[in-house]
Amino acid sequence: MNQNKTFTLDGKTIPYTEGQTIIQAAMAAGEYIPHLCFNPELKAHGSCKLCTVKANGRQTASCTQQPTPEMVVESDTQELNDERRALLQMLFVEGNHFCPSCEKSGDCQLQATAYVLKMMSPHYNQFYPDRPVDASHPEYLLDFNRCILCSLCVRASRDVDGKNVFALSGRGIKSHLIVNAKSGQLADTDFCDADKAAHVCPVGVILKKRVGFATPIGSRSFDELPISATPHPQGACPVCPRSDAATLPPHPKSRGA
Amino acid sequence: MSLETAANPENLRRVAIDPVSRVEGHGKVTILLDDKNRIHQVRLHIVEFRGFEKFIQGRPYWEVPVMVQRLCGICPVSHHLAASKALDAIVGAKHLTPTAEKMRRLMHYGQILQSHALHFFHLCSPDLLFGFDSDISKRNIVGIAEKYPETAKRGILLRKFGQEVIRHTAGKRIHGTGSVPGGVNKSLSIAERDELLKDIYQMVAWSREAVHMVKELHHKNPELYNSFGAFRANYMSMVGYDGSLDLYHGRLRGRDENGNVMFDGVDYNDYTDLIGEEVKNWSYMKFPYLKSLGKEKGWYRVGPLSRVQNCDFISTPLAEMERREFMAYSGVMPMHAPLGYHWARMIEMLHAAEMIKDLLHDDDITGSELMTTGERGFEGVGVIEAPRGTLIHHYRVDENDLVTMCNLIVSTTHNNQAMNEAVRRVAQQYLHGHEITEGLLNHIEVAIRAFDPCLSCATHALGKMPLEVEVLGVDGMQLSTLSRSGDGGFCA
Repeated sequence: MNQNKTFTLDGKTIPYTEGQTIIQAAMAAGEYIPHLCFNPELKAHGSCKLCTVKANGRQTASCTQQPTPEMVVESDTQELNDERRALLQMLFVEGNHFCPSCEKSGDCQLQATAYVLKMMSPHYNQFYPDRPVDASHPEYLLDFNRCILCSLCVRASRDVDGKNVFALSGRGIKSHLIVNAKSGQLADTDFCDADKAAHVCPVGVILKKRVGFATPIGSRSFDELPISATPHPQGACPVCPRSDAATLPPHPKSRGA
Repeated sequence: MSLETAANPENLRRVAIDPVSRVEGHGKVTILLDDKNRIHQVRLHIVEFRGFEKFIQGRPYWEVPVMVQRLCGICPVSHHLAASKALDAIVGAKHLTPTAEKMRRLMHYGQILQSHALHFFHLCSPDLLFGFDSDISKRNIVGIAEKYPETAKRGILLRKFGQEVIRHTAGKRIHGTGSVPGGVNKSLSIAERDELLKDIYQMVAWSREAVHMVKELHHKNPELYNSFGAFRANYMSMVGYDGSLDLYHGRLRGRDENGNVMFDGVDYNDYTDLIGEEVKNWSYMKFPYLKSLGKEKGWYRVGPLSRVQNCDFISTPLAEMERREFMAYSGVMPMHAPLGYHWARMIEMLHAAEMIKDLLHDDDITGSELMTTGERGFEGVGVIEAPRGTLIHHYRVDENDLVTMCNLIVSTTHNNQAMNEAVRRVAQQYLHGHEITEGLLNHIEVAIRAFDPCLSCATHALGKMPLEVEVLGVDGMQLSTLSRSGDGGFCA
């Protein structure tokens, strides 16, 4: 009954149903709006601001804004893409996003989005955070220096897994990801591979151990097509193509010791 | 006179070659002369600093082969493979699958081919074909392309082919990901194999002609080629279990300056029993030495000139023929002349091309068994014969999979003392007592280039460099001093 409601996105007519947000309707119609903290399986958060569009002339987060009939939405414009690029540059310098040695390279949504938006340099001064890696868990490793504070793991753990393993702590520029355990260590939580939170990180923070570079260059998520033309990876686990790619060596802690 | 340290440097004039050109990385040579242009001190300094040994600590081990290869843009594959070999021990992969080992070898021979071609054609052929003190405006690859277009073309296409081998095995021409602890992440597709097969016979032929070209240079001017910067030295390399030239795997063998075997069959896991490293206060590059001979006499040479003379034979027929001719030319005693490196290097390039040809005809190269695992280990050593010489990677990994220790002894580091010796000989032979000219200074660079040093790979003396700080009063009197010794300890 709602099928004939439409809005326009960069001049194209997009149908939508009641309750859909702009980005959901756009994705359903095969249109790409850059985003990082949005995942269709989780409640929208509206924090990364990358999906900002102009709706009837006013800027709004397309992951939280619902369209209205005949709304005129602009997304792929010079002005918005310039602002998105600046946001990406800030995200890059706030963390240690060293793509050359990062195992998430080629599967990383931050990197892929930066390619699409033609980010050629970080522009700002690097922060070089120095947060220790948490390697305590036998199957997963956390590299906090790559966190972009999208809170997807926080939401997945809380809303889907019912575990509350992750949280964002601190305020403003001091915001950072923490593990909800007295020791602060992932090993002291009930986090496991079956958790949704293990598979939603768009960057290289939550990594399955001992997988590394098992996927050859050419077979990674964004090797063939840019993220804007790739069937959306978030409908399923963005890292699952890698999970079964290698025969994993046993961990010393799981040798029956 | 050793020429390492002048007795009274304060009265001498300083001439510097900074930077040394047509080498990989950044280095400089300083020469101290008196007012009669007599040489009192010559040093090759490595002035850049990397620090990979430090910042790899605390990273997960599976990241290491990809991260450490960023040491170098010329032979990253060597670091990629040496690290992978070391980490095979961590994942318990005692024997790789045939496909994995052959893919790694193919990648390595591609690397040898492209690096040797780059060094000979792009960096050194201008000196050898035009003359050491020829017109500087022509003494480069562009000059070669004008005067010897066919030579320049072959150099470029040989290198390109090597890069393509790397791309098909590692995923990218530079800084790929093909080798992982326990194996590889891909094999060759039929299409990739056929693409390489198309050109390999031409590459073998051109490599063979490159050997002939260097050989002719030696035969035409033996006086220069046999004596330029020549010094006698021990030499070391890895040789295959059967004594053959094996650039990927084997045991360590060392010979003295007369070619007599000093040690053989040494398991590289025991390299710390064999090799010590000295730090000097004027270079970021360490000075390795054979412990059995001590710091003074234990220095040695690595790389093509060592390898070709250290092995018993080469497994591929064309390169073996050339090796025999090379050995016959040098006679009973080993060849020590630095310019002999070029000849040996081209023999290795021919060997690499032949090995690539053989591997492309091997069905295992398109196989699907890529990974091996076994009992988890916590320490691993990986050694490979990189284009420039023996490359040692050593890691310790904790039970949480993080690297706790990393030691790298890079090919060029082994040659540190040898390169210093070579430049001192050249300084004595050509510069001593003469007015210094650009052409004469290039002689020094020619000697360094013969070793094909990769200076950026070789600087790891983090926290070890001896330093001395002096606090002087306004009257110039010393108020206090603080010095740090080579072992990192301080004394006031």
